Amino acid sequence: MISDSGGGSKIRLIGRRMFILTAAKAVVVFGVVGRLISLQINESKKYKTLSDKNRFREWKFAPPRGVIKDYFGEEIASNEKVFQLHLIPENAENLSALIYRLKNILKMSDKAVFRIQKKIKSQKPWDPVIISDNLTWAEFSRINLFLHELQGVEPIISVARVYREQSSSHVIGYVSKISKRDLQKKNYLANMKAAGMRVGKTGLENKLDSEIIGDVGHKRYEVNAFGKRIKEVSIDQGKSGKSYKTTLDLELQNLSANLLKDKAGAICVMDIYRGDIITMVSSPTFDPNKFVHGINTKDWKELINHRDKPLVNKAISGLYPPGSTIKGLVAISALENDVVNTKMVQQCSGSIELYGEKFHCWKKKGHGFVDMRKAIKESCDVYFYEVARRLGIDRLSETARAYGLGDTMVKGFFEEKTGVVPNTKWKKERIGKSWYLGETLHSGIGQGYWQTTPMQLCLMTARIANGGYDVEPRIVLGEKSKFSIFAEKKKNPKSLEEFFNSDVSNEFDDTTIDLGYKPLFRNQENINFVKEAFFGATNEPGGTSYGSRLNKKEFMYAGKTGTSQVRRITEKQRELEIKNEDLPYEQRDHALFVAFAPYSEPQYSISVVIEHGGSGSKSAAPIAKKVIKKLLERHPLRQQIHDNYIGEDV
Amino acid sequence: MYSTDGGQFAYHTKSHIVRFLLFFLLFFIVSFVKTSFWYSSATLFYLGILFLLILVKFFGLTSSGSQRWLDLYFLNLQPSELMKIGLILFLAKYYHNISSGDVNKFRYLAQPLLALLFPVILVITQPDLGTSFLIAVGGIIVVWLAGVKMKFFAYLGGLFLLSAPVAISFLKPYQKSRILTFLDPSRDPLGAGYQITQSKIAIGSGGLLGKGFLEGSQSYLDYLPEKHTDFIFTLFSEEFGFFGSMTILLIYILITWRIVSIGHTLRTSFGRLYCYSFATAFFIYVAVNMGMVLGLIPIVGAPLPIMSYGGSSMMAIMIGLGIVMSCKIHKDQSLG
Repeated sequence: MISDSGGGSKIRLIGRRMFILTAAKAVVVFGVVGRLISLQINESKKYKTLSDKNRFREWKFAPPRGVIKDYFGEEIASNEKVFQLHLIPENAENLSALIYRLKNILKMSDKAVFRIQKKIKSQKPWDPVIISDNLTWAEFSRINLFLHELQGVEPIISVARVYREQSSSHVIGYVSKISKRDLQKKNYLANMKAAGMRVGKTGLENKLDSEIIGDVGHKRYEVNAFGKRIKEVSIDQGKSGKSYKTTLDLELQNLSANLLKDKAGAICVMDIYRGDIITMVSSPTFDPNKFVHGINTKDWKELINHRDKPLVNKAISGLYPPGSTIKGLVAISALENDVVNTKMVQQCSGSIELYGEKFHCWKKKGHGFVDMRKAIKESCDVYFYEVARRLGIDRLSETARAYGLGDTMVKGFFEEKTGVVPNTKWKKERIGKSWYLGETLHSGIGQGYWQTTPMQLCLMTARIANGGYDVEPRIVLGEKSKFSIFAEKKKNPKSLEEFFNSDVSNEFDDTTIDLGYKPLFRNQENINFVKEAFFGATNEPGGTSYGSRLNKKEFMYAGKTGTSQVRRITEKQRELEIKNEDLPYEQRDHALFVAFAPYSEPQYSISVVIEHGGSGSKSAAPIAKKVIKKLLERHPLRQQIHDNYIGEDV
Repeated sequence: MYSTDGGQFAYHTKSHIVRFLLFFLLFFIVSFVKTSFWYSSATLFYLGILFLLILVKFFGLTSSGSQRWLDLYFLNLQPSELMKIGLILFLAKYYHNISSGDVNKFRYLAQPLLALLFPVILVITQPDLGTSFLIAVGGIIVVWLAGVKMKFFAYLGGLFLLSAPVAISFLKPYQKSRILTFLDPSRDPLGAGYQITQSKIAIGSGGLLGKGFLEGSQSYLDYLPEKHTDFIFTLFSEEFGFFGSMTILLIYILITWRIVSIGHTLRTSFGRLYCYSFATAFFIYVAVNMGMVLGLIPIVGAPLPIMSYGGSSMMAIMIGLGIVMSCKIHKDQSLG
């Protein structure tokens, strides 16, 4: 037998030491349990989130943009099916071989391949890279043919913006890829970074962008530690952007664009009561579709270097001296301020000498004795020199501002320019010099410092034509405007037009003035006088736009021509009687025309500007005539739709 | 185990169950063998396993940079796991024969120290820090229970601290980074800290009730490393939550308590020393493993007894438990 040395005392010693060990174990157990409680109970939420963050990965995709329609429901900016090719780098077996293969199949340039490689490096290996977002059908089918050997590549059918007509490129604008500046400017883009996402850059696409862009969809996958997709957990289709109806008439847009073909200029048409912009066309135009998938350098350079600046929306960004189209406004200002009356007569002998300077009338041999109506009708410059002299520039500028000049009027268009309404204060601040009386005279016929956009001229005409109320332009149907608020209050918008044309004094009380339009006049007779003089200018022999009149009674309109100089005419040139057509293009006069129609029951105002087009009566008025005819032909149709809208969105 | 393969039976589960049954049989055989046999062959076992450890040095299989296994055709044997039991058995016998008065004599201190250092050095150079640590702990427990004075442990501890800087210079880079990473897991979240971070996420996300059987997303999506061996507790905690992990902990405490209470009934120093030491070592294996996956101590590579996948570890534990049972069954017999 082997002895157990020590016996009882040893066993006791072992027992004692075991007790110490057991106590130590208890401490360890408390430690482990405490840790379990802290991890699994106290901080469980945090770790659950972390675990989900591990598990799920999202792929975002762009929603279809809302459609932009005209007043009649015609789509101006629509969506079309496009074939895209995505590449997910981590799914490719041999990435460089795959890219080489794609290069051959799609005949890509080295530069394009380089761009793709750079893009792949800049993002996570599971994020798709768009190889092409607009494959032709031939390319798409070729890819599908070779698809079995192109692992990592996904042909995708998606939707992209398409613009069917180029007539509305400026007012609608265009979309393109999101730039850094867009991200800074538009906060809502922060969570919108998805493959193929487009953002509105100009025009309505920009103005309505936050609503029209929609909500991004996403596919959420469960992925394993190596990034492999295990299963689709959820799919959110996103939300298509809101679609919008506008006040535009696509048919008139197209007609106007056609009339301006090969010319530089703009045409604006608006409803003088509702403020609805019916036409806003600028020429020359460009193809907005080129921007959707990224414009190439050659096309871009062509657009940028073009003499007539196709990218500029001349209707709201083109600045022109208004020329004689301002004369109606000058007359109103003078009459309202009691400076002259309509009976004032002035002799025009072709020129007048004032303050040691000679001021010429456009008609070299002069108009003879003219009163105000004739001065407007035949556009006598000498008469308006005299009116302006008596009126003074500051009173004139006040009236001009009231009638919509010198400020941006179309909401949400960053492109819109304010223009210039000159006065003594303005000159002191901007140029730093005192005002000369001679400059007042030039201003009286719309020359000198004046800068106006075609849209402002159209609005000015509308405010005269509606009897002198501060209508405001709008372009998006349903957008709140003074008119819609007013119409809601009145509950009977149809009688509104009668109301505007009726004697105002007994119907206007203070509450309606607050809600609706503010009268811009002191005595509406003055407005009516100018409207009637415009009628003479178009419909009576001797009138400046008599040649462009419409004879059918319900089509008869009233308008005022304008020819604005872009250079100073020297005495020498005057003697030589150089014809405008013989001048170099850049020195030729701008041709302008403003009008409202029909005269009997005014409904619309129009402005036409032809850059370097010569005289207003020869080149601008005939174009306006064609637009007005179409406009009035389509009026019943428009009215019908308007009646249907009432109660919905006015 | 079934859960680690996402519900595929054949891969690990089958093998684990077969092994469990096999070693359960071994457990029974060991139980019915007289304690005196284990007592008398303890030295032989120790030397035999030491021999195997030396064999590993020359003929061992290498896997992930460390040479630990012997290829026995039906099983890759990891002698270092067996050494955990072998050393306890050997030292229990050693102290059985020494009177409490002699324990603190230098002559009787040197022998156990050598018996301890040999295998530890062999294992540490495999390299396998975790197992060598656990072997050493097992040995030290026996020495402690045998009554060696505190001051010697203090000396040993001091010596260890002094040699630590030298020892660290011998550590492999991955071992160093594990220790550094333990101190600050966010130091390298995708590298060495990855395991700790993912394990904590898995356990924490289990919550009170767990994600459910086979629903542990951290595990089946491969975020969790070594989920069927060292991190089996993590997987269990993720799927069965706080209640599940508490249950497991409780079972291990019960096993430990049971071994201790068996030891308490024994009359021989050998039996008591062995049972107490084995119970404590068993508890420490569990504590080290759990502490590791819970991020309380550095990742050292220590399996969870019985649950972790691994033949040698299970074999060692089963033999160890078998000897405990043998002590219980044959408690009235003398060791002679």
